[in-house]
Amino acid sequence: MALQTYRRRTFWHRLDVRGAPYAFVAPFFVVFAAFSFYPLLYTAWISLHRVELSSMDLMEWVGLDNYTALWGDDRFWNALANTFTLGVLSTVPQLLMALGLAHLLHYRLRGSAFFRVAALTPYATSVGAAALVFTMLFERDFGMINWLLGLVGMDPVNWENDKWAAQLAVSSIVIWRWTGYNALLYLAAMQAVPDERYEAAALDGASRWQQFRMVTIPGIRSTIVFTIVLSTIGATQLFGEPLIFGQGPNGITGGADNQYQTLGLLLYEEGWKNYQMGRAATIAWAMFLLLILVFVVQRVVKRLASRAAGPRHVLSRSSQ
Amino acid sequence: MTTDSIEAPAADRRPRAAERRTRPPVRRRLSLRPGAGRQHHAGPLAYALLAVATLASLFPLYWTLVAASSDNTRVSQTPPPFLPGPHLFENLGKAWQDAALGKAMTNSLIVAGVIALSTVLFATLAGFAFAKLRFRGRNVLLMLVIGTMMVPPQLGVVPLFMMMSELGWGQRLPSVIFPTLVSAVGVFFMRQYLAEALPDELVEAGRVDGAHSLRIFWSIVLPVARPAMAVLFMITFVHAWNDFFWPFIALDMTNPTVPVALTQLSAGYVRDQSLIMAGALLGTLPLLAMFLVFGRQIVGGIMQGAVKG
Repeated sequence: MALQTYRRRTFWHRLDVRGAPYAFVAPFFVVFAAFSFYPLLYTAWISLHRVELSSMDLMEWVGLDNYTALWGDDRFWNALANTFTLGVLSTVPQLLMALGLAHLLHYRLRGSAFFRVAALTPYATSVGAAALVFTMLFERDFGMINWLLGLVGMDPVNWENDKWAAQLAVSSIVIWRWTGYNALLYLAAMQAVPDERYEAAALDGASRWQQFRMVTIPGIRSTIVFTIVLSTIGATQLFGEPLIFGQGPNGITGGADNQYQTLGLLLYEEGWKNYQMGRAATIAWAMFLLLILVFVVQRVVKRLASRAAGPRHVLSRSSQ
Repeated sequence: MTTDSIEAPAADRRPRAAERRTRPPVRRRLSLRPGAGRQHHAGPLAYALLAVATLASLFPLYWTLVAASSDNTRVSQTPPPFLPGPHLFENLGKAWQDAALGKAMTNSLIVAGVIALSTVLFATLAGFAFAKLRFRGRNVLLMLVIGTMMVPPQLGVVPLFMMMSELGWGQRLPSVIFPTLVSAVGVFFMRQYLAEALPDELVEAGRVDGAHSLRIFWSIVLPVARPAMAVLFMITFVHAWNDFFWPFIALDMTNPTVPVALTQLSAGYVRDQSLIMAGALLGTLPLLAMFLVFGRQIVGGIMQGAVKG
């Protein structure tokens, strides 16, 4: 009897010890598989069909027609180019400014908590609200930016219709919302750089700028890579900012001449304005391939760079 | 050389280096307290630059308040007004009605609340398993979790939309809740926290007492995890509240979340600039209130997730 209950207990105990971990991690994988992974694969399948929004259960096989159509579509190349330029315009200044801001926040400060929370406040503002405010600030006739430009004697800029001005304005929304967030990531990484490295550099007579370049930057490299990956993914998905900046009718097309239409906007236009779900899926899959391509290129460049830098590094060591 | 001009005079630097050396070593990774560090004191220039950065961060929000409290002629003045006007509550009321913000607020509260709760629960469960339980394939599965961060969910919107209308969830809240019930970042965040904060002995002691895993989770893990869970709840809430692309596709104007409702303000239904700003202000207020109260905790959470991430 006692043995039996013991046996039963060990059976349940072993089942619990063996099975519980899988049960605990299962919800994540189930939800991810159902609502992220499966849709991603199914996107590829849909992209080989003609599907209309009004009759989504009717799928007509068209092979690679959607892809060849996309390849020959000027709007696609325009949106691709815009996504790229908007991505560069919003990511590069954002991360550089975040690095500077993190460096400032890394000083011993009075009111450091205030400065940190203030830097993060834009992150709490939704795309919708932020884009509405910036649209007003960039207004052509009475917007604050043009008024400020007027104060220093510059002509008002047509932020909505001029291509590069519009792209700058849209980028500024992204930069405003995410600089503080990235700065906090950098700050956290900077605080984890061991003191000894700074001390060693200081003993070697390194100036503060040299310490920043030789100790801080290498010390937070993995965080920098992390933020580059995240903001690159974010940049390829850019949607809300240009949509709202375009104010209604011109939003989805990314301006009257598509001057700031991104791939995300084109996807939406094809699927939910032109009712061509198959073509929308093709754009989504193209975006995914693009993302993969970006990371492969980045990897290769990094490897080549480190191979090129390797010998030089050894040389500079030996010459010291 | 430009690098030399930034360098502080040697005499200025030496006492600081000495001061740095005498300070006891701090385990900074565990500290949520801001300002724990061995850094240089900020000079006037640093404060000036920080003031500029703070101004740039806060001014658009302040200006939202100015515009939301003015009427249309005041907003379009040159030079633009810099002080709040007298029409704030009138405009907030009008915007509330015009953009159906009441409905949107309720929807956003439900959506963000449910998503944050379930993300925290499932992230803590999985984080505990990854941090403290031994099982085959643990490392591979953890790598998979991290790998999923690289897959932007936006790319699946076309089949997701078809799935939702098949399930009968078209234009309804479950369609925006279900896809975001879990988060890879959350799982990783909880794993890193519990790996350090939860002593192995505590889990072992529970086992020796004959507690099953769920019981250990409930009575031992949850109390330890609570601070991290609170931070994860707030960060997830912010993200869910502000999520835009998928809700914009999945919901329509009769049943929107706040960011979706805000697009209506810009889409030509309301051409009154001060009303648009009043709507933007209303839609942001709940999160700003949260930042006012818990800003330090949110900052700490983001930074803590970062060091380890």
